[in-house]
Amino acid sequence: MSTIDATRRLPRRLNRDVGLVGIGLAAAGVWLMLPPLGDNLRAATGDVVVIPIVFGILAIAAGIWSASRREHKIGWSAIACGVVGIVLGVAAAEASISTHEAVFVWSSLFAATLRWATPLIFAAMGGLFSERSGVVNIALEGMMLVGAFFGIWGAIRFDHWAIGLLTAMLAGALLAFVHAFFSIHLRADQIVSGTAINFLALGLTGYLYIDIYGDQGTPSEISTIPNVHLGFLDGVYFLGPILGDMNLMIWLALATVVLSWAFLFRTTLGLRLRAVGEHPRAAEAAGISVYAVRYAAVTFSGVLAALGGAYLSIGFVGSFTENMTVGRGFIALAALIFGMWKPFGAFGAALLFGFSSALARSLPEYSEQAALLFETLPYVLTLIAVGGLIGRSIPPAAVGRPYEKQ
Amino acid sequence: MATRPSLTARLSLHQRAGGLVVPLLTTLLAFAVAGLVVLLTTGKDPLPIFRGILDGTGLLWLVHWAVDIRTVAGTHDLYPTEADAVAVAAINLQQTLILTTTLILTGLAVAFAFRCGLFNIGGQGQYIVWIIAAVAVGTHFAGMPRLLHVPLALTCAALAGAGWAGIAGLMRATVGSHEVITTIMLNWIAFWVGSYLFSIGGPLQSSSQASVPISDDVVASAKLHVLWGGVQGLHVGFLIALGALVCFWAILNRTTLGFGIRAVGFNPEAARYAGISVTRSYFLAMAIAGSFAGLAGGIDLLGWQFRFGQIDIQGSDVGFVGIAVALLGRSTPVGIFFSALLFGALLTGTSARNLDAEVFDPELAGNLTLIIQGLIVLFVGADLLILSAWRARRRLPRPWRRTA
Repeated sequence: MSTIDATRRLPRRLNRDVGLVGIGLAAAGVWLMLPPLGDNLRAATGDVVVIPIVFGILAIAAGIWSASRREHKIGWSAIACGVVGIVLGVAAAEASISTHEAVFVWSSLFAATLRWATPLIFAAMGGLFSERSGVVNIALEGMMLVGAFFGIWGAIRFDHWAIGLLTAMLAGALLAFVHAFFSIHLRADQIVSGTAINFLALGLTGYLYIDIYGDQGTPSEISTIPNVHLGFLDGVYFLGPILGDMNLMIWLALATVVLSWAFLFRTTLGLRLRAVGEHPRAAEAAGISVYAVRYAAVTFSGVLAALGGAYLSIGFVGSFTENMTVGRGFIALAALIFGMWKPFGAFGAALLFGFSSALARSLPEYSEQAALLFETLPYVLTLIAVGGLIGRSIPPAAVGRPYEKQ
Repeated sequence: MATRPSLTARLSLHQRAGGLVVPLLTTLLAFAVAGLVVLLTTGKDPLPIFRGILDGTGLLWLVHWAVDIRTVAGTHDLYPTEADAVAVAAINLQQTLILTTTLILTGLAVAFAFRCGLFNIGGQGQYIVWIIAAVAVGTHFAGMPRLLHVPLALTCAALAGAGWAGIAGLMRATVGSHEVITTIMLNWIAFWVGSYLFSIGGPLQSSSQASVPISDDVVASAKLHVLWGGVQGLHVGFLIALGALVCFWAILNRTTLGFGIRAVGFNPEAARYAGISVTRSYFLAMAIAGSFAGLAGGIDLLGWQFRFGQIDIQGSDVGFVGIAVALLGRSTPVGIFFSALLFGALLTGTSARNLDAEVFDPELAGNLTLIIQGLIVLFVGADLLILSAWRARRRLPRPWRRTA
């Protein structure tokens, strides 16, 4: 009995291993192109673009081999890794002509990754609360924008960034409350309501921005969110430059992820929230007020998304421009979906997308065009994820459905 | 994803119950709130501002045979003679109608998918993809006769746009990925790919102006025929858009395909039980919707823009306005025509070119348009509120009657 199982299991393990080797090959192809190896290779052989392509193709082949033999997850991952590996490897190989060091100073890249990921983390966590309670929130973009504007408005008006954060949270909560009212009480289509909120936020912030600050733009001397300086990390290799002097909001974002996870998966209230998102009728039968939970969750999602926006305006950039979020709310939504509606999943996806943004921002030094194409990465990955290639993303069961009280 | 209580079912409810009343009330309410915003922030009387916007739309041209339009618009000092005012109004009206053309088509793109129970947020991406295809064809083949070149450009673009939306339709049909998510992602992919194609040194970037991220001009043989006005006058695309409205109605109401699409929109399970292929309906509905949005892109490019650049991609939002058009127009051809006209007029009337800066700052007015748009979508979405008020009013007397 056990021997038969063992013999059957053997080829399956083999299929699995082939896929894993494929993933490794793709990574190796990219790694070979990065300094210092890439430069040495180039000196030795001349044309090195072929290397990542060959590795990538081998990875794809390995992926197909194992995907077609029932190892779907690993197989498809290997295929995706192969494709990404080719793109990255070729980009790196083409890059390393002279500005290589500048582009891939890793620690600064990691620091930039965290900066780009922070607004996404906040908004994605916001989306997490709303969608886990069963209300689709494509208005994250609008809520971020409102947060960005009212954050800087409060910081200028009252001359302190902390008040800026408060006004941002308040504005985000108000806007989210509108979304909640329309989609919960009036049972409007949640997508329609979200679209409307995005329009409203864009118009309202643009209008107020011009009405208050006119052609001058926001003043240059404003109170911005400070960095947290960790003295003991000074001069520590690699970690020092990344963690030693991070913005307060980045720490806050990291804390939000842990707290969100703890709240949703380790408290009664969190369980209630998820129950409302999965099966509202059962939740109500158990004595939970579906409406109250959803109102709270959606409003809180506005608070978090607005914090992400406020980080953009008074933490990162130090000014406001019309439509300054340019689709970050949608990237956050993508991160949420890519992370399968789980706190750490969404966090990982936000980091990945932040990394791709950071890379896209440092790529123009040698190729502006590659940088533009690179911006599509989060969206393509999310398409693949919802397409079910790498472990299907499945939303909470009751998401998007208005609930009628019994 | 589980089937939602379909939007289509709700829409049909309205066509019976709300009819004209709800959209009209919605619009009035949105304008009233916008007027309140103006009053509160700037302290100006909103009425002259709305009149200034109306003046900028050129819609008054339609009544210039009957009255002196300077009195209606209140712009006596602006134009010395009535003929001047009429000439300006004519140009403004041409712009309004050009924009209406685009919005009819992007509105149809959303509406067609609605009828199948799908929410196509991807109008923007489909519009851009079509533009790319039309640029590629329109800037080449200089010697070709116009009768061949225009259809070729539009058809090539058709395949691109339909294919782009078809991805979302296919994913919904085969693995059930929600079309809202996929179309949002496809929008942004189109946005960045388009930015790349027109970037400096990009594949479609101009060969004559190496330092500007913009495409070549469309060659003369690929430009659309101008019906009324000068260089950027009303082009033949307006008629194409009207034709598309008829097509929309005919496909949905007079073909088997359209019957299937509507059936799936009302209840996918029942449609499946009745032997209609839900998969096929989803895919075709999205592909057809995509080709409407794309037609808008192609017509825009060949009709009056003639070239397209990074800035145009980043500044364009007609695909999103299409959502508002479809919702306000209740996904019916007539409704879409009038709501496209409303938004086309609003956007033209508040543009920096047409709105008198002394009446109101055009930059503020542009954002005011967005606010109005948002409010309209919000209120249309909350039809239930208006409907229940409507029903409550009728229902109230009943107990009275019973007791009497």
